[in-house]
Amino acid sequence: MINYFREIFSGLWSLFVGMKVTFIEAFSPKVTVSYPYETLKMCDAYRGHIELIENENGDPNCVCCMSCVRACPSGCISLTGEKPEGGKKKVLTSYNLDFTKCSLCSACVEACNFNAIEHSKEYNLASRNKEDFHFDLLARLRERNQ
Amino acid sequence: MILTLTILLAVIIAIAWAAFNAAYLVLAERRGAGIIQRRPGPNINGPFGLLQPPLDGIKLMAKQLIIPDGADKFMYISAPVLVMCPAIMSFVALPYSDWLQAQNIDVGLLMVFAFASMGTMGIVFAGWSSRNKYSLMAAMRSVSQAVAYEIPMIITALTITLMAGTTNLDAIVAQQSENFFHWNIFPLFGETHNILMPFSFLIFFICSMAETNRAPFDLGEAEGELVAGFHIEYGSMGFGLFFMGEYANIVIGATLATIFFLGGWSCPFGLFPGVWWFLIKMYAIIFTIIWIRWTFPRTTIYGLLNLSWKILIPASLVNLLLTAGLMKVF
Repeated sequence: MINYFREIFSGLWSLFVGMKVTFIEAFSPKVTVSYPYETLKMCDAYRGHIELIENENGDPNCVCCMSCVRACPSGCISLTGEKPEGGKKKVLTSYNLDFTKCSLCSACVEACNFNAIEHSKEYNLASRNKEDFHFDLLARLRERNQ
Repeated sequence: MILTLTILLAVIIAIAWAAFNAAYLVLAERRGAGIIQRRPGPNINGPFGLLQPPLDGIKLMAKQLIIPDGADKFMYISAPVLVMCPAIMSFVALPYSDWLQAQNIDVGLLMVFAFASMGTMGIVFAGWSSRNKYSLMAAMRSVSQAVAYEIPMIITALTITLMAGTTNLDAIVAQQSENFFHWNIFPLFGETHNILMPFSFLIFFICSMAETNRAPFDLGEAEGELVAGFHIEYGSMGFGLFFMGEYANIVIGATLATIFFLGGWSCPFGLFPGVWWFLIKMYAIIFTIIWIRWTFPRTTIYGLLNLSWKILIPASLVNLLLTAGLMKVF
């Protein structure tokens, strides 16, 4: 009989303890952001699609060694380069990424010896057209520099 | 002529009050949930999200009202009305202040409980007429819950009647109107001298939450498990009316608790009595109900019925008996 009452009162008491917990939470600061208006910074380990890295002159670091093209297991990357007249190094003329096939395995970034590509922090990709995921990274680099 | 107009005006005010509360309590509920879960809640439409309820209403009204194949058409359409109408009717007898009351009825308490029980019929109608076995089963669960919790609730109201000696809601408030210590919830002081009153308040509060299908007793429409319970086949404003009926019932429950235990429109310090004190107390209770919803998980149907039949009904009966004894002795 005494257990019956003890159970009722301990149960009732636990309810008040629970309500105290939510009361404290209610006056704690918010932990979410209003997404389209505010965004959080992505973490360092986040892998978006790849992006070219520029040197101090605003030109890509890439020397067209084709390691990334060979390293890619899905054949997403196609790039072309040519030697300008009188120049020593090859200059990148196009760098196309087919993001529809990319699995973000990071093999290209690891293969690159010239610090020319990195993962972007882009996470807002959505489209109804397949063509929107064929990126011209050189054009994106120029756009960023303007 | 003037009498007809007055009645018409009172009816319109009652409906507007019920609908306004129902609409804005939904917003308060969602904002409350947000605050407790440490997120903003709906804050985009208008300042503080204040335009959310009208926009929700427009959305619901713009939707098509689909009547399922083989449904009992008359019952299907009348069910949401049967849930909403009794809730609005109850507002007629509720006194918000000494002058703000549609009709001072001597059996106001009885009338409110009579209409509150009618809402159950709407639930049965909805479950039965949808021609959906899940909604029928959910309606049965809802009814078993409503019946189980109506008993301790009415017995507790009987305790109040026993002490006040009247079923006139106005008179019940008038007896507590002097100051803080004359409220029914406080034992030892005041005219009532009943140490069991906080206990009665607890029983009444739990029952009013269970009666209105509120969490943690919202088994009737457990969104996660049963989709929506008895109103599973309702869309558009049919669903909207069920929703508004639920919130109107919450307002009635909080109003009754204020009248019975918290001294109605009387001020705790004897200053400036008026309708605002009533609203403060009523909304404090409503916000406690919202707070409770976002604190506790849902109970099981066994736990729910056990709580009523094994704990609340015996406790309220003992409470009634002891109150009668105390009244005789003192």
